[in-house]
Amino acid sequence: MARKVLVLGEVREGALRNVSFEALSAGKTIAEGGEVVGVLVGESVSALGQEFIQHGASRVVVVEHAELAQYTSDGFSQALMAVIEEEKPEGLVFGHTALGKDLSPRIAGKLNSGLISDATAIDVAGGNVVFTRPIYSGKAFEKKIVTDGVIFATIRPNNIPALQKDESLSGEVNSLSVDIKDLRTIIKEVVRKASEGVDLSEAKVVIAGGRGVKSEEGFEPLKELATVLGGAVGASRGACDAEYCDYSLQIGQTGKVVTPDLYIACGISGAIQHLAGMSNSKVIVAINKDPEANIFKVADYGIVGDLFEVVPLLTEEFKKLKINA
Amino acid sequence: MNIYVLLKRTFDTEEKITIAGGKISEDGAEFIINPYDEYAVEEAIQVRDAHGGEVTVISVGSEESEKQLRTALAMGADKAVLVNIEDDVEASDQYTTAKIIAQYLKDQEVDLIIAGNVAIDGGSGQVGPRVAELLEIPYVTTITKLEIQGTKATVVRDVEGDSEVIETSLPLLVTAQQGLNEPRYPSLPGIMKAKKKPLEQLELDDLDLEEDDVEAKTKTIEIYLPPKKEAGKVLAGDLNDQVKELVTLLHTEAKVV
Repeated sequence: MARKVLVLGEVREGALRNVSFEALSAGKTIAEGGEVVGVLVGESVSALGQEFIQHGASRVVVVEHAELAQYTSDGFSQALMAVIEEEKPEGLVFGHTALGKDLSPRIAGKLNSGLISDATAIDVAGGNVVFTRPIYSGKAFEKKIVTDGVIFATIRPNNIPALQKDESLSGEVNSLSVDIKDLRTIIKEVVRKASEGVDLSEAKVVIAGGRGVKSEEGFEPLKELATVLGGAVGASRGACDAEYCDYSLQIGQTGKVVTPDLYIACGISGAIQHLAGMSNSKVIVAINKDPEANIFKVADYGIVGDLFEVVPLLTEEFKKLKINA
Repeated sequence: MNIYVLLKRTFDTEEKITIAGGKISEDGAEFIINPYDEYAVEEAIQVRDAHGGEVTVISVGSEESEKQLRTALAMGADKAVLVNIEDDVEASDQYTTAKIIAQYLKDQEVDLIIAGNVAIDGGSGQVGPRVAELLEIPYVTTITKLEIQGTKATVVRDVEGDSEVIETSLPLLVTAQQGLNEPRYPSLPGIMKAKKKPLEQLELDDLDLEEDDVEAKTKTIEIYLPPKKEAGKVLAGDLNDQVKELVTLLHTEAKVV
């Protein structure tokens, strides 16, 4: 059954986020041959329209307004609802990002619709669009369908492969004029802490440190390794509680759940709560002094040793690999 | 100030998850207040202590949630409301829960609602914002700081590690992120007092709701455990050689770098 699906493209620092390309791919699956319409919302975002089309949108609707320069749920929901009223989609896909998590329940409420959050896979079977999503932070999974309203889902970054970019594609980028008003939340200031490096939830490589890192300075070798691999640094709760790093880096049942291609756990013992946040990573490497550490049970590769010896050696080896590549 | 906290009973984070008869098995499992809702309870108590008023904790669930509500009362909340849907609702989702909570709250004088930003079991993070939308009040999710002056609120929101300083006004719904506060443990006198604090039990009827009004808009068709991970290869030998071998394996065997 062909469906028209709207996919929200998320713009950060002037560029489309990778999860938005993955959302287009998800949108194609849900559309079952129907039209996939990209939506871009912001102060000045129309220049990104063609790129969105090259990643799989058949056309793009843009809502631009000075009040949309920063995300607010009031502003973005007014913009989105105007597009939804105009396009009358049967499916909706957002990324499961800070923005998507904040905005999607509001839109679902306005549409009086079901919503499936944080999907990691989508299949079409017997006329149903079936979403797979982790529950209990990945200790289990459920398959779920929307039974009432628009087929609406947010997708977890790094799980649904984006389509290959095709630069020969082009399409319409149309602007929809929406009066954005009565914003009830005003952003006074943005303090950037995470701007150094790659976003943890979208990173393809995560280097995580635990209590074994011993201090704030102890994260330095991990940061160097992350830089060489183009990855992000994360942490266990132990490291956060000991104030070696900010809570925004915490991976686990409380904190972030990550599924990168490569997860390198340094000095992390592997408490069940931490494993819930990372055990669905594609490849896991454990570096720990204690050969009995739980983390080795989920690791694909392990090195028993002191992280302060192993991590700098690894950084040097990866540098050599990158030079030879 | 009338402060409401949305609270969910969840599995203890220590619990292993098993499945029996197509459902998550609750046999012998320990239950706790959802950790993010604990931050919400703590914040509500702190706001009340600074500005006066009353903290009411609400949960939608079964009779079993009484224990977690009593814990919140022991921490210092004033009243609790349990909407028991066990007999009325066969399958619920976030829409169901939000609809019930909003139905209760729309008849109350509400200044501030605090919820956890996500429950560690279902993990959707929908209920808070859905309640705000149904009540037509503003909301800010994943907050790490809350300051109230009169009817104005200044909130710090965690956005993937960055912080936004947001100005808004009451009535308001916020959802708690880790770092907002350090939840207190219930004290012994607190536990004693909690036994006498009011805990109101309601059913759908009491809220003028029919089962159809709260019918789930999504359906779970299967629950399963992820495939068990085989223990991998622990390398051996000289450390320099181990590191070289690891890089080669990641490059040629796992093909992730």
